[in-house]
Amino acid sequence: MSVKCCNQQKKKPKDPDIEKLIQKYRETDGGLIPLLQETQDIKGYLPREVLEQIAEGMKISLAKVCGVATFYAQFSLKPKGRNTIRVCTGTACHVRGGRDILETIGKQLKIPDGGTTEDRRFTLETVACVGACSLAPVVVINHDTHGQVTPEQIPCILDQYT
Amino acid sequence: MGTCGIAAGAKKVWEAISQEIRRQNLDVEVRQTGCLGMCHREVLVEVRIPGQPKVIYGNISPESVKRIVQEHLVEGRIVKDLVVGMEAEKGTLLEGMPLLEENPFWSKQLRLVTRNCGIIDPDSIDDYLKAGGYQSLRRVLAEYTPEEVIAEVKNSGLRGRGGGGFPTGIKWESTRNAVGDRKYVICNADEGDPGAFMDRSILEGDPHAVIEGMIIAAYAVGARDGYIYIRAEYPLAVHRLMRAIDQARERNFLGDNILGSGFNFHLYIKQGAGAFVCGEETALIASIEGNRGMPRPRPPFPATKGLWDRPTNINNVETYANIPVIFRIGASEFASIGTEQSKGTKVFAVTGKVKKTGLVEVPMGITLREIIFDICGGIKDDKKFKAVQIGGPSGGCLPEQHLDLPVDYDSLISAGAMMGSGGLVVLDENTCMVELARYFLQFTRNESCGKCTPCREGLKRLLEILNRIVNGKGEKGDLDRLITLGSVIINTSLCGLGQSAPNPVLSTIRYFRSEYEMHIEKKFCPAGVCKDLTTYRIIEEKCKACSICLKHCPAGAITGEKRTPHRIDPEKCARCGICLEKCPFEAIVRA
Repeated sequence: MSVKCCNQQKKKPKDPDIEKLIQKYRETDGGLIPLLQETQDIKGYLPREVLEQIAEGMKISLAKVCGVATFYAQFSLKPKGRNTIRVCTGTACHVRGGRDILETIGKQLKIPDGGTTEDRRFTLETVACVGACSLAPVVVINHDTHGQVTPEQIPCILDQYT
Repeated sequence: MGTCGIAAGAKKVWEAISQEIRRQNLDVEVRQTGCLGMCHREVLVEVRIPGQPKVIYGNISPESVKRIVQEHLVEGRIVKDLVVGMEAEKGTLLEGMPLLEENPFWSKQLRLVTRNCGIIDPDSIDDYLKAGGYQSLRRVLAEYTPEEVIAEVKNSGLRGRGGGGFPTGIKWESTRNAVGDRKYVICNADEGDPGAFMDRSILEGDPHAVIEGMIIAAYAVGARDGYIYIRAEYPLAVHRLMRAIDQARERNFLGDNILGSGFNFHLYIKQGAGAFVCGEETALIASIEGNRGMPRPRPPFPATKGLWDRPTNINNVETYANIPVIFRIGASEFASIGTEQSKGTKVFAVTGKVKKTGLVEVPMGITLREIIFDICGGIKDDKKFKAVQIGGPSGGCLPEQHLDLPVDYDSLISAGAMMGSGGLVVLDENTCMVELARYFLQFTRNESCGKCTPCREGLKRLLEILNRIVNGKGEKGDLDRLITLGSVIINTSLCGLGQSAPNPVLSTIRYFRSEYEMHIEKKFCPAGVCKDLTTYRIIEEKCKACSICLKHCPAGAITGEKRTPHRIDPEKCARCGICLEKCPFEAIVRA
């Protein structure tokens, strides 16, 4: 007989890296946001079991952790691609054709804003403004800023990232 | 090497210069600076040889580096065709070379806050000290009581540069007078306005100026701890600030017993996580506390009940950067700059359809025309000026008739715009004002935190109406609906986001009403931006059947043969407008 009871189910082992972070921020006032930021730096996104671990470790409700994690644009609850493309949709980029850039990239990668390609090569996002308005329209891939981008340049730019 | 310079290729230029100097074994030091504000000529390279005029080169690529090294550094000849300007003593100037101070981009500027940006190495505290840095702090700690500091700031007439324009001295005074065992100062570096980057440039170009201003503020209000709340989207600024804080701590400008005065102050960085509403001070405080960044009703104001319910002074980056200037030149000298009600200078980020984009710092009271046409060279491609969008999503669009408006807090508000943080987006005839208003609404609606109903529901409805109009389904009465709903949202929203979000809609209706009417009644977009309201047609008599349009049409919508006028199939047409741009005979029109 192998009837499983939830009480007997083994708890997943805690992630030691995250545990270290929790120790670091447990006593810090307002430590939840930097904790989530550093967790995402390690994991690439915020998986549910990690959020549970954080809630338990910080002695706050999972609802509060999720509330914060979903409020800020920076946090992702879904896995992301190896490269993150952020198309700036600030005013200057908008009036200089940022929409066409977003459309072109979306069409080429066949993903919508916020989507990730099947091979996990790219995640496509928009960002309110990266503050490089004089170079509008701007596309930021990982940490590289590409300025004065035209739709024709896009295949060439994307080829630089594997 | 600011973010924009690096995006334009400054790192590659840096590498090329270093390499070339190594290769030729030259005794030349290569140093970095922050942003000079001349974004339209990036990458900029400055050559300084003792005893010779300082030369600034513009639009430098790794390829042109060799010429500068060979001709200027080795042979001592200035590379004339690359020069942007020179700074020279009388008599040393070479004939025919432009003088930096005579360049119209510079001559009308008054650089107080950005005086070090693009001049000093932002990573070097010694550079800042050489430029007179931390002298104001030394003087304040040695000669002023906190009350005297506040009096001096009041006398200077400085108003908050974050947008609202509240008098800084009064804000400091209420924090000082508030009861509490611990007090805080916070720097709001969450510059989220699309189209604004002055705070980023100051933080990247001269981080110590902001830190110095914060220390003086902390001394004045009696704070022991301070936070800089900065956007994570500005990694370079975060990096430079962190280094600057470490350096300031090493030299005892931060920490315990600062400069032997007995005053203690500790400064920390908090990175934002991407929420526009966190620019609102109570939301920002909630975010530092580790919560969702939602605003709360005021009063109580942060000055009495702020971070962890303790008295807190919040100012923006540019406001703090003004403080060392005030104590350097004196409050009365500072107050002599600007207008009666708006003192000092303002840094503007000028972008959009303008020839010379960049960061300009001008005395308050200068006109929009002087900024856009004299300093920034007018409209790109010599198109027609249509409007200038000022103050980001909280601001408004001002048409040509307001170009001679003096730029200060009060006159902008009376014209239906506001200073905001100082983003100026210049718009030409090819901009659709209805679509632009829709764009801003989309932005503010996305960024609404959803706490209060007028903002959460109201903006949604406003956006629906605007979407309908740009999609060609506008109805009679929509304009009245927009105006009524917009006013209700302004009057009833909880925080600054909702209270200002309808501004772009209301100001565009005020100044470009006919454009809205064309969209609603004639189903026509005069700027040709709204695709559902634009069709292209070939005028047979003008068509020379050259097939240029046919070749360029990406949708394959144009048909025609030699010697027969071409036609556009409206079903296939993607309304991209490429044909109109390419036609050499002006035979294609928008209808």
